[in-house]
Amino acid sequence: MQSSNGRARGDGDGSGDSAESQEDPGAVSRDARYEDPWYDALATGWGELDGTGIPARAVPAARREHDAADVRARDVYLEVQRSEAFQEVRSGYRRFVVPGVAAFLTWYVAYVVAATTAPGLMARPVVGAVNVAMLAGLGQFLTTFLFTWAYARHARLRRDRAALELRWDTQELTRGAQGGAS
Amino acid sequence: MTGDHQMLALLLFSGFVAVTLGITTWVSRRRQGSAEEFYAGGRLFSSMENGFAIAGDYMSAASFLGVTGLIALFGYDGLLYVVGFLVAWLVVLFLVAELVRNCGRFTLADVVAARMSERPVRIAVGTSSVTVSVLYLVAQMVGAGSLVALLLGRTSGAAQAWTVIGVGALMVIYVSLGGMRATTWIQIVKAVLLLSGTVALTVLVLVRFHGDFDRLLVTAAERSGHGSAFLAPGLKYGGSWTARLDFISLGIALVLGTAGLPHILSRFYTVPTARAARRSAVWSIGLIGGFYLMTIVLGFGAAAVVGPDVVSRSNAAGNTAVPLLALDLGGGAGSTGGTVLFAVVAAVAFATILAVVAGITLASSASVAHDLYASLRRRHVKARSEVAVARIAAVGIGVVAIALGLLARDLNVAFLVGLAFAVAASANLPALLYSLFWRAFTTRGAVWAVYGGLIPALGLVLLSPVVSGSPDSLFPDVDFQYFPLQNPGIVSIPLGFLAGWLGTVTSDEAADEAKYAETEVRSLTGAGAA
Repeated sequence: MQSSNGRARGDGDGSGDSAESQEDPGAVSRDARYEDPWYDALATGWGELDGTGIPARAVPAARREHDAADVRARDVYLEVQRSEAFQEVRSGYRRFVVPGVAAFLTWYVAYVVAATTAPGLMARPVVGAVNVAMLAGLGQFLTTFLFTWAYARHARLRRDRAALELRWDTQELTRGAQGGAS
Repeated sequence: MTGDHQMLALLLFSGFVAVTLGITTWVSRRRQGSAEEFYAGGRLFSSMENGFAIAGDYMSAASFLGVTGLIALFGYDGLLYVVGFLVAWLVVLFLVAELVRNCGRFTLADVVAARMSERPVRIAVGTSSVTVSVLYLVAQMVGAGSLVALLLGRTSGAAQAWTVIGVGALMVIYVSLGGMRATTWIQIVKAVLLLSGTVALTVLVLVRFHGDFDRLLVTAAERSGHGSAFLAPGLKYGGSWTARLDFISLGIALVLGTAGLPHILSRFYTVPTARAARRSAVWSIGLIGGFYLMTIVLGFGAAAVVGPDVVSRSNAAGNTAVPLLALDLGGGAGSTGGTVLFAVVAAVAFATILAVVAGITLASSASVAHDLYASLRRRHVKARSEVAVARIAAVGIGVVAIALGLLARDLNVAFLVGLAFAVAASANLPALLYSLFWRAFTTRGAVWAVYGGLIPALGLVLLSPVVSGSPDSLFPDVDFQYFPLQNPGIVSIPLGFLAGWLGTVTSDEAADEAKYAETEVRSLTGAGAA
């Protein structure tokens, strides 16, 4: 775990090392619920797990070494997906992206619909030759740049480090699971 | 049009061709012929390089010539286009860039097929990717033809035809010899050339109006003969409700289509990590946003300096507004400055077409070889022979694009691009988003999503006024027009999403939970990424 942390810093360009990013991913991944790949692999799970497909495949897979390794690699992903560290990365991503996409799509569609259905409103002059339509159009440019900046900042501060740690951990687990097969 | 323009423009353009051919041979000198290298340039580009390359791929002749022409002719309504082109990048940045980089290897189908039964999904996504690419290619070819008509000062069919053929031949050489690495460097060179040319012209326009944007707008409005209506929406799309709905349809297609364009998505595979993919998207948003802001100035500048009547007399679709503006800004026809600027702009526009065309050809040859050929052929294909297939596919696509480009010579470039975006948004985007974010998505859902968007989009265009039933149609003499809109997006995009949902809920096979876990973990962390 320590080595992967060090690597995360080494690979980054330093921008991810701000105070904000220290709190969330660090604590969670160190607690490493998925350190043992067999931890509670299939017995529990989410309510949505349909319980038929996955466990059924785990049994015949024992036939051959290679198949077994593949199945174990599959389990690693399920396991990581359920880990708290990953849940945090995912919810961090979704919490930003879902409202963000909703906001800019609404704003854009509103702009296009207004431009086509309410030209009178859009033609209203503001300053000199500049009218509402011109301001709205340039406003779209401005908000696009702002959204871009906000997204990049959010990803850099809230996601990058945790995601990188998860990446090394997951790869280590997959390698371990595949064992001699690879 | 004097002989000087043509000579100088041809000279500059030959210089560009020589440089790019040089790049191609230099790059292919030490190629190992691996698929990794051919499709993804070894994944070793930096985010800044890739950002410029993406911008180069995206800033097509349709924007440089088509959209500025629309602004020059119709004022504000042309600007609506530009906004859609830019806002689309937020969809790419937020939902697609990083996740696709993490999940895929070479093509869009890689991402979708990872969770599904591979063969049907690859065939479906490969087919729609090739369709999108060919539509987009034809738009670029038409642009090349119309540009040379102006450059050589005559609209002779032979000159246009030979240009289309020449551009097609060059792009085939770039792609089949140089692969992704050569194509990327050509995009970078072209992006720098195009941006410098645009900056120079914008500065000249602003200097002409003493830096007073307000006066530029007022002059443009006066010169247009529409008065202040020129600065408000409605001149092109404001007439009937059909026209307005048509524009809303186009706007939605533009915003959602970019994230489904195969040649844009494949650019994200050329960088090493998802973080680099995000940074290259940020770079490209900055470059593309700046470029489009300048095209607004150039469009209104062309209206103010050249005048819409002159522009539309030279080319009814307005595609020649920027070259004419350059001629005027340099001092008018016959002056040295005008000659030089005109030649520079014409050469830059040519370079633009050539580079974009190469990028699209590469992406579609990847779809043909990596998705279609590999799936339609039963036995396992080795990586080496797959690259060989891709090179042959590039030649085939070149031939198809040349043939269609000759056929569609008189259509407005910007409209064709809108169509390509609509197909990308209806067929590729639903499959891509569902497979990244929807746990229950199944193979049948993926296949239905693609065909459920692709077939309506193409079918509606066949039944639209673009193909028949109006004087501007491809076939004006027949009338089988049943769908009133030129752009099918507003109908076909929801249909694509609906079909994907319907296919998923009706399929008897349950989604593979572990495969979804893999997609989700890989997409957000980059574990196991190539």
